[in-house]
Parts: sequence; C-alpha cells; structure tokens
Amino acid sequence: MTPDTESMRARAAILARLRAAPPVAAPASPDVAAGLAADGAGSGDAAVADFAACARGWRAEVIETTPTRWPAVLRDLAVARGLRSVLAGRDTELAARLPEALGARLRWYDEPLAAFKPRLFDAIDAGITTVRGGVVETGSLVLWPDVREPRTLSLVPPLHIAVLCASTLHPTLYRMMVRERWADGLPTNALLVTGPSKTADIQRLLVYGAHGPKQLVIVLVRDDRDGTGVPA
Amino acid sequence: MSGDRQPRPQDFKVQSRAALADPALRASFRSAMDFLVDKRAAQFPDIGAYERLRSLGTRIREHALAKLPELLERLEQNLTALGVQVHWAETPSDANRIFLDIAARHGAQAMVKGKSMVSEEIELNREMAAHGIDCVETDMGEYILQLDGDRPSHIIMPAIHKTKADVSRIFAEKIPGSAHTEDVDELIAIGRRALRERFRDAPIGVTGANFLVAETGSLVLVENEGNGRLCTSVPEVHVAITGIEKVIERLEHLPPLYTLLTRSATGQAVTTYLNIVTGPRRAGEKDGPREVHLILLDNGRTQAWRDQRFRATLQCIRCGACMNHCPVYTRVGGLSYGTTYPGPIGAIVSPHLLGLDATRDLPTASSLCGACGEVCPVGIPIPELLMRLRGAARRRPAPERKPLRDEGAARSRAETLVWTAWALLYSRARLYRWFSWWATRLRRLTPAWQGGWTRGRVPLRPAPRSLRELLAQRRR
Ligand code: SF4
Repeated sequence: MTPDTESMRARAAILARLRAAPPVAAPASPDVAAGLAADGAGSGDAAVADFAACARGWRAEVIETTPTRWPAVLRDLAVARGLRSVLAGRDTELAARLPEALGARLRWYDEPLAAFKPRLFDAIDAGITTVRGGVVETGSLVLWPDVREPRTLSLVPPLHIAVLCASTLHPTLYRMMVRERWADGLPTNALLVTGPSKTADIQRLLVYGAHGPKQLVIVLVRDDRDGTGVPA
Repeated sequence: MSGDRQPRPQDFKVQSRAALADPALRASFRSAMDFLVDKRAAQFPDIGAYERLRSLGTRIREHALAKLPELLERLEQNLTALGVQVHWAETPSDANRIFLDIAARHGAQAMVKGKSMVSEEIELNREMAAHGIDCVETDMGEYILQLDGDRPSHIIMPAIHKTKADVSRIFAEKIPGSAHTEDVDELIAIGRRALRERFRDAPIGVTGANFLVAETGSLVLVENEGNGRLCTSVPEVHVAITGIEKVIERLEHLPPLYTLLTRSATGQAVTTYLNIVTGPRRAGEKDGPREVHLILLDNGRTQAWRDQRFRATLQCIRCGACMNHCPVYTRVGGLSYGTTYPGPIGAIVSPHLLGLDATRDLPTASSLCGACGEVCPVGIPIPELLMRLRGAARRRPAPERKPLRDEGAARSRAETLVWTAWALLYSRARLYRWFSWWATRLRRLTPAWQGGWTRGRVPLRPAPRSLRELLAQRRR
C-alpha cells in the first residue's frame, strides 16, 4: 500500500473506534472569561510601568522613549553595543526612519531565506521588528511576522530589538485575542515572546541565549501620551 | 544507564531497586523536585483563583475530549484548507513510515528535532538512524542525552539526572574542538554553536505540538529555548507529530491551558515563546516551511478514550507536576519506569500504549497519597485511575465491556484462590465462626514466612481469642 492509502486506512480505523464508543453528552462550552482572574489595566502610566517591570523581570531591557525620539534611541543603542549590521524589514511603520537612525549599519531583509541564510546566520548582529501589541500581565510581546518582517528576523540574530507602541498594550493575552478577533484569521506564525531565549537544562541553572536571541531590547514608544499614533 | 541496555517497564522493580541504592541520583532528584515544587507553589498564591483556573482547564479538556471525533475532523478540514498535509497513524511503525516517506521524497539525510515526547514514544531517532537519516535533538537537555546515548528521565527537564560535570565530559568527548569547561554559560554556548549549522542546513524540522486548535487549524508549541521556533521556521519542511488527544476546540481555550501548563511545569507565568503555526509559507513570505505535515498518532489512545473509566487520562497537558510531587518518582527517578512517560502520568497512560502485561507493575508504584491528583492542573483523578488499572491488571475482564489490552495479565492463581476463600468466609456467618475458632486455636501454626510482608515486618498471627469470643465472655 502507498503511504497515503495507509494513512487513509489508519484514519478510518481511528475514527471508527472513536465512533463505536457509547456517546456521552458533550458538556457545555467552557466559559473562559469567568475562569480567568480579573484583568488589570491595559493602558495608562500604571499599565506601562507594570509592563516594563514585568518584561525586565524576564531579562528584557526596556527603554522608554517618545514618538519623535525613538530613532535617536536606536542610534545610541547601535553605537553603545558596537552593532555593525542591523537587519530590518522594508515598508513597515518603522522603515522610513531607519536609515536616519542606523545609517550604514542598516541591512534590509529582501531575499528569501534560502538565499539569505549564510549571511543571516553569520553576519547579522541584530534584528529589529515592529510589535503587534504588548501583554501587561506577563510583560510579553505579540509578534505577527509577515511578508515584510519574516519570522527569522526576530529569531536568528543574537540581539532582537522590538519597537513597541504603548497604545497597543492589552491587559492579558486572552483579552487581546478576543478583542482583535484572532480566531477569524491567524497569520502563518503568531508569537508571544517574553524575554530572551533561555534554558535551565543543565542542573537547573538558568542561562540566557539558548538557541534564540541572547538579548531582547524593547524600545517602548509612549505614543499614548500625546495621541500622535504610530511613530512617525 | 547509558549505552544499549535500555530500561524496560517489565523490569521496573529491579530498576527502581538499583536507583534507590544510588545516593547521588536520589539526591539530585530530591533537590530538583523540591525546587520545582516550590516554584510551582509560588505561582499559585491564591487558592481560590487557582481552583477557578483549574476547573476551567479541566472543563476545556473534558469538553474537547467529549467532542474528539468531531474536532479531529474539523481540525483536519481546516488544516487541509490551509495546505497542511494531515497523516494518521495507528501505531509507532505507521508513524515512522510516514516520516521515512517524507524524508525520501525530499532526499533528506538529516532532520532537526524540537522536544517531542511523542517522537520518543515512536523511537523516531532510532528508526531514522536505521535508515541512514540523522535526526538531531536540539533541545539542550535532549541533545546532551542523545550525545550520551541516554534517555530522558523527566518529561519537562529531560536531563535532570545529569550534572554539569557529566555534561562537560560528554561535550568534550563528542563535540570536536570544544574546550573542557564546567561553566554552565560556556557549556550552553558550546551546544548553541554546535547546533547552529544543523538548524541552518537541515531540510526537515520535526516538532511535537502542545495543542492543536480545531477552529483555526493551528499547531501550538510552548518553549523557552527557541529551538522549536527554529525547527518550524528555517527548514523547508516541517513535520509535527502528536497524539490525537491534543486537540482543543477554540483559540480562546488556549490562554488558560497555556498558563496552567507553564506554571505547573516549571513555575513560570509564561515561557519565552508561545509559537502558533497556522499553515505553510504563504505567497510573498520570505521564510517558513513550504510544506507542513501533521501526523496524528493513536497508539492506544482510542482504548483509553472509548472506556469512560479511563478517558480522563487523555486530559493530560504533559506538565509533569504529578511527577514532581510523587514520593515514588522522587525516589526511584524517571529511568526506572522504563517507559517514555514516567511517574504517575506514565503509570496511567503507559498501560494503554504498551498493554497491561508489560506495565502491570507501574500502577502499583504509588502510595496513593493523592499528591498527583491534587496538583494536576486539569483535574485528572490519577489515584482513582491507578486503582482501576490495578484492578484491571489482576481481574478477568467483565464480559459486557471491551477488554483493555492484556487486561487480567497479572492475575495469579494463588491470589484468586485467596479472594475466593475470603468471599466465601465473609458471606457465611457460621462458616466464619467455625474458621475463626480454629484459626485462634491453631495460631502457633501460622507460617513465619509470609511473602513480602515478612521481608520487613514480624509475621502476622491471629490473636488468642477473636473479638466475638471476648465480647461473649464479658457479657456472661
Ligand atoms: S497528569 Fe496532570 S499533572 Fe501529570 S503531567 Fe498530565 S496534566 Fe500534568
């Protein structure tokens, strides 16, 4: 038998076994909102402070800035860390001001991964991405990689710089996915990222920088204060 | 226990005796489990809130299992519409054949693999190696074990039985050009460097899945290291394998289960990554696999499912909390069980995977203290399931039900005889009186050797007079 017909046979057998069992009435659909703890705030100074404290607790570095000053913050960061090549996606909300911030350090993620792999793995010091939103409860970032910002941009370089707008904070992951109706259409890859990659697999000793980024810097743009919207 | 001699569930008693006699191993498990127990406790300071969350998690899993056939079909439909190829496997060999077929179609000689207990269940690494395919573990703990020819002893912290001195020796021997060091940061850096080019070059990435979301057709992976993300992002082909029970109905059911999982497992409010994969690379995207496969494995799960008394076994989200809190597991360690899943969860799930003959001793490896059932974040009544399995191992199956695989395999003549005699005596008052009269009169004849009982205790002997006789005397 070919593997496909094998699989069809297995499918029929498994489903038949499941269907043969005496049916039981399915319990009512669980009420998720009622079981979760009451939400904290998702916006305002207190929420921003909570988010930052929580993210720092996971070893992310958080730098607060304003919608006008963030490119300067990026430049200072690149200089201070001696970054030689910083990778970014074109056509994002950030893209227009990246050349001014990063100058000759800037590289664009233009090619498909297969062609770009050798340089991505060996010659890029940092990847910079936009962020879809932040989760206050856990200090987490929600990333939705797409055509402009591939998923490996926030994964392969040893440093991930994430530009987060304070206006996109949500109290919890649950609130965020319900409010934004994620179930109606997910991207190929949706991620919740909390701190740099880590492992405690050797004698339970915590080490940062396992396989993903060794460091995570969150540039937190306070666009919630003067109502100017996305950084421009 | 490294090298070729793999532990087997049949040898549980011998293996656990050996483990008990190893003070270093016992100390390392004890301290590791105490550490995990404390970290979990710190995550649930408010009992009321925890109970609410736990009953929500329980209801979500019960609900999904009640609708399992329907949800599996919905999942398959949504995955297929996204372009994911769904395969079904009844047995480990079915699953391995599917892997081999995918590898052959891509001419793949190597795979990088994220942590997946189901891939251990089917012994994927060994099967692929037998066909010349190098399947590399990339989770740091699993990688260390693979280099040493060892196997995991804990489902969340697989290399918990290794010390940094062990790791240092293994790396120095097996990774060319690595400096000898016992600095954990440096050891992890060595592992990272060694695996980097494997990620870059491997044509196939293999992972498990912590959850499958029926309504969106998503595969969900929970991890800290980033190796799972690399496996699902860099290779051209991604193959996920998991058990049929992992499906949940809706995306909004994910956050509560995720938080129960991370807090119960390692005492963290979140992991570094929650990775939700929905279909292969779409038009215009520059990375991500062009082909995504999902292999749905049965391997005995339908047996647990079809019998209401055992269905709750499948609610498990593989957090490992029951192991961390188990006084038996803490003492004998994970390898003694000789199964993919050790500890209380292993004792309730392995009989369905491997049959009750090979696993007859596992449900007895419990003091029934109840700690496992108390900490299980999805409310599995583990002690009750253990009792039912003990019964099923030793009794002839009831004719009105479909028997479990190898049900009654541990039945013994002597035991059956004893229970039959007991039932006879205790249901007939005159016979009982007659028996107890003789038993008390002939008490000196009771044997000094009474099996397991006398190994550590003085022999049991009837009292000089039965209670009934004493009372009758007093009344006179
Ligand atoms: S049985 Fe419960 S406690 Fe044990 S691993 Fe599964 S979910 Fe966790």
